[in-house]
Amino acid sequence: MTGFYTLFHKELLRFWKVGFQTVLAPVLTALLYLLIFSHVLEDHVQAYPGVAYTIFLIPGLVMMAVLQNAFANSSSSLIQSKVTGNIVFVLLSPLSYREIFLAYVLASVARGLVVGLGVYLVTLGFFEVPLRSFLWVLLFALLGSALLGALGIIAGIWAEKFDQLAAFQNFIILPLTFLSGVFYSIHSLPPFWQSLSHFNPFFYMIDGFRYGFFGVSDISPYFSFAIVTTCFLAVSWLTLQMLKTGYKLRH
Amino acid sequence: MTPAIEVKQMHKRFGTVTALGGVDLEINPGEFFALLGPNGAGKTTLIHILAGLILASSGSARVMGHDVVTSYREARRLLGVVPQELVFDPFFTVRETLAIQSGYYGLKNNDPWIDEIIHHLDLADKANTNMRALSGGMKRRVLVAQALVHKPPVIVLDEPTAGVDVELRQALWRFIKQLNRDGHTIVLTTHYLDEAEALCSRVAMLKQGKIVALDSVRNLINSISGVSLRLRLSPDTLPAALLPLLSSCDEGYYVLAVKDYSQIEGVLTVLRGEQVQVLEMRLLQPDLEEVFVKIMGSTESRELA
Repeated sequence: MTGFYTLFHKELLRFWKVGFQTVLAPVLTALLYLLIFSHVLEDHVQAYPGVAYTIFLIPGLVMMAVLQNAFANSSSSLIQSKVTGNIVFVLLSPLSYREIFLAYVLASVARGLVVGLGVYLVTLGFFEVPLRSFLWVLLFALLGSALLGALGIIAGIWAEKFDQLAAFQNFIILPLTFLSGVFYSIHSLPPFWQSLSHFNPFFYMIDGFRYGFFGVSDISPYFSFAIVTTCFLAVSWLTLQMLKTGYKLRH
Repeated sequence: MTPAIEVKQMHKRFGTVTALGGVDLEINPGEFFALLGPNGAGKTTLIHILAGLILASSGSARVMGHDVVTSYREARRLLGVVPQELVFDPFFTVRETLAIQSGYYGLKNNDPWIDEIIHHLDLADKANTNMRALSGGMKRRVLVAQALVHKPPVIVLDEPTAGVDVELRQALWRFIKQLNRDGHTIVLTTHYLDEAEALCSRVAMLKQGKIVALDSVRNLINSISGVSLRLRLSPDTLPAALLPLLSSCDEGYYVLAVKDYSQIEGVLTVLRGEQVQVLEMRLLQPDLEEVFVKIMGSTESRELA
């Protein structure tokens, strides 16, 4: 357990020591989104009856921050370690592939939750956001950040250079997040895009998370939970296989 | 007795390139052992397989009896590796780096030993300095320290003295010799053959992924028969009778190859007879470098033939 705990602790320190970039900056970004989108769309969009657009937007932005930062944590840690070569210290150690997986995923969860909480707390200073079920909120935040943390490990292992990681982020993670219903309810979309959204796992994470706040969602939170859990298990299995076989790590 | 390191029929191919072509090697506990060979001979590949950084194409490797693949956790606990490249984690200080490395090996409360390593490697002044701010030599010391945090019985150093100043080199070898006296098995690679000759009891020479020599330093040196005699003469001409012995001639220095010491007497007799005066004379004994050059050269000609 000490080995796992050390790696987990090291990963926490890694982002905490540069918290200005890893925590404050993403909180600020999320608040800018809130400021701009709510200003532009407040009078035009009503996603759920009786819920103002800005209030609707807040959980989406919180979850987006959670997901993006969870992904950023494991992926950037791994690519940095690979490029600078200090990944060797982990690879030389008797840490098992399961311990490595768990440490990176949990550190990602921690970063995601810290940034998400930051965004949430700041918005609470300006808006009143209902909180129907803390349990659903926590459940989706945990599952979503764990899923993205694992995905970040895959991306960090797969990418050999920083630009490859950036491509993964810009061409996969970012479109999936933006098209997941952070900024809108998918019921406002034309039928084709609405049905396409159902193939986006990020949609279920956002929708379920939002349910925890409003008690209203595009689809049942139980269904979303099942989808997100399945995705998490599948991605975790793949990540564990990569770590076990030493794919791109042990040549 | 379980060998400290046991490598059997080790093959490693990278695509079409064969890095290791069937290496068999046994290193006993307590040995001070050198892996020698030109760049690209496969030394680092072999070390990386032992460390689990590279997976072998076929063959097996064991550290103190533990297979490096099937019981990798035990094998890695028993092995300390100093990598060749100067790598470091820029987020941490020297002490943090060492505490983290200890933790990876499951060690808690390892501070007394960390303090001892810091002391021996002369890192005390820099213990709380960020890794980024250290000079190359200091980073090298930290790498050595990291390899030792878990007191591994087998220590592998991949070119530990490359680009290191004299002072550190001496301090490092003092410390490593002490560890060897305390019972640690030491395996090193180096391009400085005088270091290997002075420190090691046994060496393996690798060439193009194969072991071309494996013996004690003494036996290898003894395998080169004879000594060389380096002479400066007045007048500056070598008597014709000695020409068959001439192995090289350079800027007024004649190097004669003699089979044994008794032949020296004959050489001097000839010189006296021809009334040639000896201005300078040096006896050149064979060293590991000569053995190395000879072995690397001879396998080359055999391969060409």
